[in-house]
Amino acid sequence: MAVITLRAPLRERAGGDARHELAGANVGEVLRELERRYPPITGWILDEQGRVRPHVNVFVNGERVREDAPLTPQDVVHVLPSISGGRA
Amino acid sequence: MTQLLVGTKKGLFVLDGDPAAGEPFALVTRAFPGDVVEFALRDPRIGRYFASVTSGFFGPRLMYTDDLAAEWQQASGPAFPEGSETSVERIWVVKPGEGEGVLYAGVDPAALFESTDSGASWTLNEALWKEHQAGDWQPGFGGLALHSICPWPGDPDRLAVGISAAGVWITEDRGQTWRTGYPGLVPGYLPEEAREGTNILCVHNMHRAPLRPERLFLQFHGSVYRSDDAGSSWIDVAAGLPSGFGFPLVLDPGDPDAAYVIPLTAAEDRVTPQGSVRVYETRDGGAGWIEHGDGLPQREAYLTVLRQAFDREGEGPDMGLYFGATSGDVFGSADAGARWFTVHERLAPVTSVRVA
Repeated sequence: MAVITLRAPLRERAGGDARHELAGANVGEVLRELERRYPPITGWILDEQGRVRPHVNVFVNGERVREDAPLTPQDVVHVLPSISGGRA
Repeated sequence: MTQLLVGTKKGLFVLDGDPAAGEPFALVTRAFPGDVVEFALRDPRIGRYFASVTSGFFGPRLMYTDDLAAEWQQASGPAFPEGSETSVERIWVVKPGEGEGVLYAGVDPAALFESTDSGASWTLNEALWKEHQAGDWQPGFGGLALHSICPWPGDPDRLAVGISAAGVWITEDRGQTWRTGYPGLVPGYLPEEAREGTNILCVHNMHRAPLRPERLFLQFHGSVYRSDDAGSSWIDVAAGLPSGFGFPLVLDPGDPDAAYVIPLTAAEDRVTPQGSVRVYETRDGGAGWIEHGDGLPQREAYLTVLRQAFDREGEGPDMGLYFGATSGDVFGSADAGARWFTVHERLAPVTSVRVA
């Protein structure tokens, strides 16, 4: 299973845990599985069409990817807000 | 006691005060710090608070609570069905409807959602969405927004909505079919030869007079209108105002001839005219307008008041009026606009004001 890491405030919406092991063939699938386990995070990373929100960054093994990026069980997925979304 | 829900670019501010007793408003609580609270209201039927919250990172969501001291819950929706290729950008307004547990929500991209469980979950109005998809609707400067929802008191089948910039839409069968209410609206921002038959109609705000439901007032992009036939056609009533441009609109529910607007200079200069903050009242259906500025800043005050940032409490001569500006200032009147006072200064830019 891939490892997902979350930062605040996403971590608080996923049971307070920063690290989650989840199964899925691609980024979208593991993030949907995260929503199934922790409903309060629904809509925060993926929009209702399953797309990663424009101001959320998802990195897999150091590379920024979108929801369709394939995953292997050894992959580490970091989810964090981008630096562009927080306008003054 | 009066409670104000002030949505801002930096969270929700809840202010309590009693202007009739001379007790100034004070900040009770702040929620959603750092996020934009587009709109907040309390459904008086069940005492439930709603807040439309948009995170610059994590998108829009509708939150609700029955107790301001308790944790807010996230509603299931409004959200477009999976596979529609569309996602909600912003929740502009939530409005209690006719019928137990019925509420409506208007969003960007322009669509109407209905809840029948007191706001816990939401369903897209498919018929209006089909009109949207077929109609090549154009966005206004603030997006393609369904921001005004006007139920018909006592009749759940009848509803009118205002859309920027796709005009007025009316249903008489509880949202199964929709028709437009365009005649009389003049889009002065289009070339004259392009105005006939256009659907690029930039409604800024619309409210229904509850004692005479076939009457509505409408703040347009460049004028103010009144309808006496349930929104089917419109009469220009802006003569006497310093400008036809503006966003906020409030009606006196006890007087179907009464409306209040806060004009801004023009589309190109969206501030209070001549650096003077003034509210305009009509008591004769828009035939004439009364200017109110007593207690409001009258010198070097260039404020912008957004469409949801004006509300009322009660009716008649003792009606409370409250509005906030993007300067972060909030003003109030306890005598239907005759005299004004400062409710609070230096909050974050105000997006909405509602009396709880």
